Amino acid sequence: MADTKHNGTAAYDLASNGKVDGDGTGQNGYKVIGTRPVRPDGVDKVTGRAVYAADVQMTGLLHGKILRSPHAHAHIRSIDTSKAEALPGVRAVVTAADLPVAEDKIEDLGEGAINLKYLSDNILAHEKALYHGHAVAAVAAISPHIAEEAVSLIDVDYDLLPAVMTVDDALADDAPILLDTLRTDAMGEIGAQPTNLASFFRHQRGDLDAAFADAHLVVERAFRTETVHQGYIEPQAATALYSADGQITIWTSTQGSFAVRGQVAEILKIPVSRLKVIPTEIGGGFGGKINVYVEPVAVLLSQKAGYEPVKIVMNRADVLAATGPTSGSNIRVKIAVDVNGKITAGLAELYYEAGAYPGSPVGAAANVSLAPYAIDNLQVDGYDIVVNRPRSAAYRAPGGTNAAFAVESVVDELAEKLGMDAADFRILNGAKEKDRRPDGVQYARIGQIETVQAIKNSRHYQTSLEGKYRGRGIASGYWNNWGGQSSATAALNPDGTVNLNEASTDIGGTRASISMQLAEALEIGYEQVKTRVVDTDTVAYNDVTGGSRTTFATGWAAYDLGQKLKQEMKRRLADVWDVSPQDVSYEDGIFYAGDESLPFVEAANVVQREEPLMASSTVHPQDFGPGFSTQCVDVEIDPETGKITILRYTIAQDVGKAIHPSYVEGQMQGGVAQGIGWAINEEYIYDDEGHLLNASLLDYRMPTALDLPMIDTILVEVPSPGHPYGVRGVGEVNIVPPAGAIANAVYDATGVRMDKLPISPANLLEAMWAKEAEAAGKPVPGDD
Amino acid sequence: MAKIWIPPLMRSLTAGQQIVEAEGETVRELVAALDERFPGVAERIIDEGRIRPGLTVAVDGAVQSRGLRAAVAPDSEVHFVPAMTGGEGSLQ
Repeated sequence: MADTKHNGTAAYDLASNGKVDGDGTGQNGYKVIGTRPVRPDGVDKVTGRAVYAADVQMTGLLHGKILRSPHAHAHIRSIDTSKAEALPGVRAVVTAADLPVAEDKIEDLGEGAINLKYLSDNILAHEKALYHGHAVAAVAAISPHIAEEAVSLIDVDYDLLPAVMTVDDALADDAPILLDTLRTDAMGEIGAQPTNLASFFRHQRGDLDAAFADAHLVVERAFRTETVHQGYIEPQAATALYSADGQITIWTSTQGSFAVRGQVAEILKIPVSRLKVIPTEIGGGFGGKINVYVEPVAVLLSQKAGYEPVKIVMNRADVLAATGPTSGSNIRVKIAVDVNGKITAGLAELYYEAGAYPGSPVGAAANVSLAPYAIDNLQVDGYDIVVNRPRSAAYRAPGGTNAAFAVESVVDELAEKLGMDAADFRILNGAKEKDRRPDGVQYARIGQIETVQAIKNSRHYQTSLEGKYRGRGIASGYWNNWGGQSSATAALNPDGTVNLNEASTDIGGTRASISMQLAEALEIGYEQVKTRVVDTDTVAYNDVTGGSRTTFATGWAAYDLGQKLKQEMKRRLADVWDVSPQDVSYEDGIFYAGDESLPFVEAANVVQREEPLMASSTVHPQDFGPGFSTQCVDVEIDPETGKITILRYTIAQDVGKAIHPSYVEGQMQGGVAQGIGWAINEEYIYDDEGHLLNASLLDYRMPTALDLPMIDTILVEVPSPGHPYGVRGVGEVNIVPPAGAIANAVYDATGVRMDKLPISPANLLEAMWAKEAEAAGKPVPGDD
Repeated sequence: MAKIWIPPLMRSLTAGQQIVEAEGETVRELVAALDERFPGVAERIIDEGRIRPGLTVAVDGAVQSRGLRAAVAPDSEVHFVPAMTGGEGSLQ
């Protein structure tokens, strides 16, 4: 790929793939950062030797299967497991009765506040099944086939209840209540009545009414988005061994081994000291592998089966039906501008479906919604609503895509009605340092305007698009990113290599990006750092790989380790050379003091003749910089079928500092690919009773390589002031703009403004027919 | 004095004021000062001696993991904002 660089914000790259130096600081002098070495786990992965969770084998391994509710909403009157227990080869059967009683209380497990009863209920349903696919019982047997047969022998007596599937269902006056003890939490003010509205909050500043009243132009639209899944390629899988001495080991595919440890400990009321979680390689997570599903069940079965190891591997139907998708939503957006095109007021109302238990990503969505714009008069309302769908989980910039689809559609319409170029409108109104995000907090240095400028100056945007039913759209997006806690150790080898142990699951090449930061700090080669992802017994607490935090925060720990190792090496060399430690300097991989000098490799041996050298680091950096992205897409519509073909796609993203540019580009392309799927195809389809009808990847249509063009990337580098190398999280913001950009391109191609996702062939054709009918003065199809 | 942005749903306690100034060297001291002037504020912010679950505090643009113990400067800007819920989003 082209890897060009320019100095100064005015000089932007016109190449399809390139870099923009957002601060105009020019060459940075790094030796390792910015290069593209091979990832440490690459050979094992491409040769099939990497061990994933389903690969775990051991003597006496039993196989677990889970019985799931065929109903979306039902009381569980009774569960009869006697026939299953009597089946030869079955070693254990468990239900919710085997789980410790969980308190109806909110706790912070270090992975965010969560109601302990809801956490436990989602593992195995207690009194009620709350979604189609809700786990009800589980079996361990000597073969997967026997386990499957045993599951079919379990009798569950259900008392069916009406399914509550949408925001509108859940908020209706006569709506069935999912959770008897749930009361609305309005920023600490707790409601008195049972409800499906778990929480409500508001961001507000300025005088909204006056601003709307004085506006030159106001656009107001309502939108609907459907439930979608993360679609990681590797289903959830875990093996648990409950040893006779009470120690428990779990091998699992997870974004956070410590998150698994904390959740399992809380659900099963086991001290964390008795739990060791070993993270296997992971085949994608995107936020969906933070919550536990099978791990506590495997532990229970292992104990009940007489301390034999139990492995549970989900199939794709289980994954789609029972693991966290992300929320469907109803969104209303209203934005006003003055005669010059300056946004004067913005209102967003976000109603997010949390699934069966509270905790939709509406809080994050609220901050994403109007974040790219500087707005003095603003209000964002967020509603977290329970429905009879799987408990929602994080999905790459959780909640952001829904909100940006709505806001960016309205922004595009405003620009069009003003007769302004869509990029110029965003530059005019773009947020910058000292402006405020929707919740009022001020931005530090950010790169939103730079990403719009990069798109505007890209070869893509500068090339006109011709042809009927072809259109172009752009959209911007924001993600807050995160810091979180990281721990790591580094042991110096006498040959000058360093063993780096850290506990951040490597999903997108973070072994490489963390190794590179330690190598840069030590001024040694990338190949001299050997990085391992270790278990929960080996390093201190470490937050999940999520929130786009790992290269930032675990990278911070690696930088810190480098400083500590260098300092101690200087101290020991000073002792050897009989000089003061202040007299020892280090430059370009060589230690100096007077006439003495020693390269790092030799120094590593000298300083460890009497005592080994190891450093540890624990960090919790707070000044993580947010990420922005602006994207441009060309589409072509087949007016006969409604199919959208993506002709060309360019993404510009403020990446802070790209440690390993190839993996940054990969993150950008991956986020866009998922966003395209979300925009044009993906949705959970339920019948009226709440049965999921498309729990397979044949029917839940995700994009394949054949559906996507090359996604061109422009790395805009506006270093984050909160990191020694300027790193910003890069994994998530890229999924925020695609749906809005594609909706705007579809409008450009057809004249139809889509107010719902996905823009599937059926939905698009209906909208196009409705527009044609309206234009012809005929009844609109579907309207009664 | 530090400037505290009052969450909209708590402004009924501050007679509609969006921004209130208060003295204190930590978030805990600010909340105490606020509660003295506007009774009920502390109850909405604090639960069992900590920032209420689902709520976070940002001082000068940065979310504070130290919560009530976070240091505040005389010219600081303090926001109490909803935690960003949703999987890893809830971790923030």
